[in-house]
Amino acid sequence: MSLIKTTEEKMKSKNLSTISRRKMLKLGAGTSAAAITALYAPSVISSDPITLRYLGTAVSMGDEVQKKLFEDTGLKVKFIAVTTDEVTKRVLTQPNSFDLVDTEYFSLPKLVPSGNILGMDTKRIKEWDNVTSIFTKGVTPSGKKVGLQGTAPSKVMYLEGSTGKKFANDVTQYATLIPTIYNADTLGIRPDLIGRPINSWAELLNPEFKGKAATLNIPSIGIMDAAMVVEAMGEYTYPDKGNMTKDEIDLTMKIFTEAKKAGQFRAFWTDFNESVNLMASGEVVIQSMWSPAITAVKSQGKDCVYQPLKEGYRAWAAGFALPKTTKGKTADAVYEFVNWYLSGWVGAYLNRQGYYSAVLPTAKQYMSEDEWGFWMEGKAAKGDILSPTGAKLASAGEKRDGGSYEDRMGGVACWNATMDENKYMVRKWNEMVAS
Amino acid sequence: MRKKIRIFQPKLSWLAIPFALIFIAYFVVPLILTLIVSFWDYTEYSIIPDFIFGNYVYIFQGCFSFEDGLCLTFKTYISTFFFCFFTWLITLLLGFSVAYFLAFYVNSLPLQITLFLICTIPFWTSNVIRMVSWIPLLGRNGLVNETLISFGLIQEPMEWLLYSSFSVVLALVHLYTLFMIVPIFNSMLRIDKEVIEAAYDSGANQFQIITNVIIPLCKPGIIIGSIFVITVVMGDFLTIGIMGGQQLASIGKIINTEMNYLQLPGAAANSVILLLITIFIIIVMTKFIDIRKEL
Repeated sequence: MSLIKTTEEKMKSKNLSTISRRKMLKLGAGTSAAAITALYAPSVISSDPITLRYLGTAVSMGDEVQKKLFEDTGLKVKFIAVTTDEVTKRVLTQPNSFDLVDTEYFSLPKLVPSGNILGMDTKRIKEWDNVTSIFTKGVTPSGKKVGLQGTAPSKVMYLEGSTGKKFANDVTQYATLIPTIYNADTLGIRPDLIGRPINSWAELLNPEFKGKAATLNIPSIGIMDAAMVVEAMGEYTYPDKGNMTKDEIDLTMKIFTEAKKAGQFRAFWTDFNESVNLMASGEVVIQSMWSPAITAVKSQGKDCVYQPLKEGYRAWAAGFALPKTTKGKTADAVYEFVNWYLSGWVGAYLNRQGYYSAVLPTAKQYMSEDEWGFWMEGKAAKGDILSPTGAKLASAGEKRDGGSYEDRMGGVACWNATMDENKYMVRKWNEMVAS
Repeated sequence: MRKKIRIFQPKLSWLAIPFALIFIAYFVVPLILTLIVSFWDYTEYSIIPDFIFGNYVYIFQGCFSFEDGLCLTFKTYISTFFFCFFTWLITLLLGFSVAYFLAFYVNSLPLQITLFLICTIPFWTSNVIRMVSWIPLLGRNGLVNETLISFGLIQEPMEWLLYSSFSVVLALVHLYTLFMIVPIFNSMLRIDKEVIEAAYDSGANQFQIITNVIIPLCKPGIIIGSIFVITVVMGDFLTIGIMGGQQLASIGKIINTEMNYLQLPGAAANSVILLLITIFIIIVMTKFIDIRKEL
């Protein structure tokens, strides 16, 4: 975390106007934090400080979050940071090794039938009614319908009871996950090395980029990107990309196997950092990528764009769940933590990283008008846009890739998914890698 | 000659108990569990105690019809054998040469020890770092390509340097040559210098001494080194993954993917097969030499 400190120090000496803005923010945060503390104070003061064991990928979590949490609520968290697949494995095999889990919606078809996670009582979530309608209704705040192919959160949002093993068809009191963070993913490109506009997923397999393309070797996500490419090439239109039949899996993998044999791909990646290195070193000019990886490439001074494509985005979303072993005081503390998480400070922190927060109105209070305009409304920045760690992400006049929240989330074509034919899909994917 | 020690004296055999316990707890028990689980059934979210051969059948599905060419399992093993063979061959040649130099050309013991310790210096860093540090060297815009281009030796960067079978074997050789050096060096030190002198006096030349005296006497070291290298490479997925750009198949990677998708019985079945094949290779190798006798 020394990196964070140095960038923050750098920022302080460089940009006085920012520091005053941050001070303002801190003041604002302080007062509302006091209000929150007052609301939930009794459980905290009356007991020893509780440390919550937080299982998740922690992609978005820095030290500041822990510090702020302790200031506001007296709670402490201990992050158990593992990969997405490992989170699922832990929930299923060691449900008593954590108090709170942050997992993706597409893992739910595996987690819920096991009975290892409880429904979260939405009546105890203060901001539940303000959770963005993408999760609860499958539409954007202005009413635009979101693509629902794959494991869309709105399809797996509710349980029949707190200990239900089945998804409810209607709205109930019990939510599977309390949404925390989500985003719309697309291809990352190096515009300086490509030198022409890119506007379709089909470009990933364009022979022009032979030996300079990459995709990820995580079958459940890779297959979705592959499906976006196949559809964009006009080879096939899937009834549901997120739940393919065996024939559809065969077709998709055949197209990718041929491309691989022809030398289209420089590499596959499994780790976030690998994708950063491939792109920054110029080994690859177009690839499946995640948004913080784009930021990481940019911070190395390389031109990198998270290119919006006409076929739309592949979205993902994560949220909090309670394992069945968390009870009593610890469970109360988990609810307190979740309420704090949704109360705005973290939301602003996530939005500044290029993700989206679940409760937009509270996050807005913690962001400057310019920040909100840049990240959420697609407006040109008026001043420098900084990441939570103080790294400069955009200068005045620049706009966010893909534009506003409505444009990006409204342009979602499918969600990360767990398919019925998952076992077959993994085998076919392995065959493609071995070809 | 050598004094015979009877190992199976009752009192002496007590000494074996601590190691036996460790061996049972960390090797025998997990192995038996793996074997049991490989016959279980599973769903997306659970494993079900059962006794089915489905996991094994699944691995060899389509392997004996050859309809669409080779099946996944055969292709993957061929790829794994390929890496295994070349890594073994190159580490053996390198390891033997280094050990030979250390044992027979360096005469003072302190210098021998110093040089041997120098061989271990790369092991002061983690093997991931040793592996990853090849990437900036071999990449398209890496040091090797840039240097060759600036000397005008090549016009276009050589793409096959990285994310290829070449880079995988290079990294594996780099990582595991020491595993060959150590046991071979150890065997060589035990060779009585007088034996070599006798060979020399009988008129053998340098090459004949190596092939007729040193290699036969080093066989145990060579076999032990080979077992180290082969077992490690057979199960490797990290090096093949990172240096091969995740585009080359290895049986370790398949097991890893299955574990990530909670297909644990499938992964267990694959592990059992990998284990059987590796044991088979070792049995074949030890046919050439009775290690217990030589030690």
